[in-house]
Amino acid sequence: MTYAIEKNGESRSFPEGDAFLNGAVDRDQADVVIYSGVRFMSDLRKAVILVELGEECLGDHIGEDDPAVTNVLGFARYRNCDDLPSRLIELVRHPKTSEAAIAAAREVFAAAGLEVSLCNDQAGRIINRLVVPKYNAALRFLDEGLATQTDMDLTCKLGLGYPDGPIERVMRGGLASYYGVSKGLFDAFGTPAYAPPRRARIAFKQATTGSAPAKR
Amino acid sequence: MTRTIKTVGVCGAGGTMGAGIALVAARAGFKAISFDMSEGALDKAAKQSVDFLDKSVARGKLNGDKRDAIVAAMSRTTSIDGLRDCDLVIEAVFEDLSIKRDLLGRLDGACAEDAIFASNTSTLSITEIASGSEHPERVVGMHFCLPAQLMKLIEMSPGILTSDETFRTAWQWTEACGQMPVKTQDKPGFILNALLVPFNNDAIRAVEAGVAAPADIDRAIKVGLGYKMGPLELLDLIGLDTQVRLCEAFYPITLDPRAATPPLLRRMVAAGLLGRKSGRGFFDYQGNAMFGA
Repeated sequence: MTYAIEKNGESRSFPEGDAFLNGAVDRDQADVVIYSGVRFMSDLRKAVILVELGEECLGDHIGEDDPAVTNVLGFARYRNCDDLPSRLIELVRHPKTSEAAIAAAREVFAAAGLEVSLCNDQAGRIINRLVVPKYNAALRFLDEGLATQTDMDLTCKLGLGYPDGPIERVMRGGLASYYGVSKGLFDAFGTPAYAPPRRARIAFKQATTGSAPAKR
Repeated sequence: MTRTIKTVGVCGAGGTMGAGIALVAARAGFKAISFDMSEGALDKAAKQSVDFLDKSVARGKLNGDKRDAIVAAMSRTTSIDGLRDCDLVIEAVFEDLSIKRDLLGRLDGACAEDAIFASNTSTLSITEIASGSEHPERVVGMHFCLPAQLMKLIEMSPGILTSDETFRTAWQWTEACGQMPVKTQDKPGFILNALLVPFNNDAIRAVEAGVAAPADIDRAIKVGLGYKMGPLELLDLIGLDTQVRLCEAFYPITLDPRAATPPLLRRMVAAGLLGRKSGRGFFDYQGNAMFGA
């Protein structure tokens, strides 16, 4: 399965230097077209059209009722904010997406050594929807003095086998960037669990006013 | 003056957690007395402990002499008076406040006046449990992880009235056992369950909301975050009925909507889909087919 990449600026899924970029061919020769930062174009001759997503939904790009989008899928390679991308692709389907298009997308990503989780078009997809309330709770617990950062992180590593603790993970990814993720989900769901935590709000404010570095 | 701990009692030692705690104590060279009302439960726990030690020997992690010394350090009783010589008594009985408070009251009468009492509760307040004792200053939270004989973490929590000496002595004992204690406030779920129970509920709600299939959710969490198990696989291991009980313990005291029992969880438990122990939960353990919630 050959693929072309139409992009404007750096892709969050495939930043400069990522090996996946080297495998791209010309659009005319490609079975698959990947759009990143560029408005996508319908093309039913292609096996699948892949639209890279940020925090937004696939529906923001293709609408909800267009019957000509059976071969269009959204995707995002999961990143913990400013950390390097993981091996996970969250592949976002639409109600009208064909199984053939999903299979083609899986094939392209699997060939690049990436693993795919298929999800429906909902805010936060899978990981951010699940981890943001947990990270927000951990940051709140830290404010409330439940335990030290070290002990909270150690508890999650020793007790749950996590590779890193929630606080160290959020800090490493960048609190200011994390604010944007949390805020986006809070706007989408309106539930307090997604409300940006105090520390992230401060970090974002400092980053945007230039009074402190964006990270930590 | 810090009390020297030589003999450790474990209440509820007929259960998996209690038996593991007794092993931790005996393995570290302390005399361990297992207490349970049920002789049969103690028999079963003793056999499991010996089996564990024998496997450790077979795997080269323990030598035969050490194994024999651990077994010799372990004894059992069905009478609470059998704990009278204990310097530290750890309770791992059923997660029920009235049962734990009543037990502490009985321990007051059975044990020495400077004995330390620790609760292995994962959800209840140490301060409330300690109110069952006439000496709340000698009660401390000491939450082991399952299986206790393998997991190093212990969440240590002082209640409002716990003395510094009690906390320090209990902390030092966990270190002497080779465990890794962390200090938390006396709050519902401490650190581990306060983060885990709502997170697992969120995963259930994601299934219910049609975000993705269980296998896709678990794969995302494992590959994206590097967790060893996905939340739904973990829930199947814990038992979905256990998750209901955790929610029922947490939600009334926290009123956190994330801690409330998800409707899908209730339906699955009602249908007998309890996870691995029933052969099917979010995943099918006979045919490996995914549960289509």
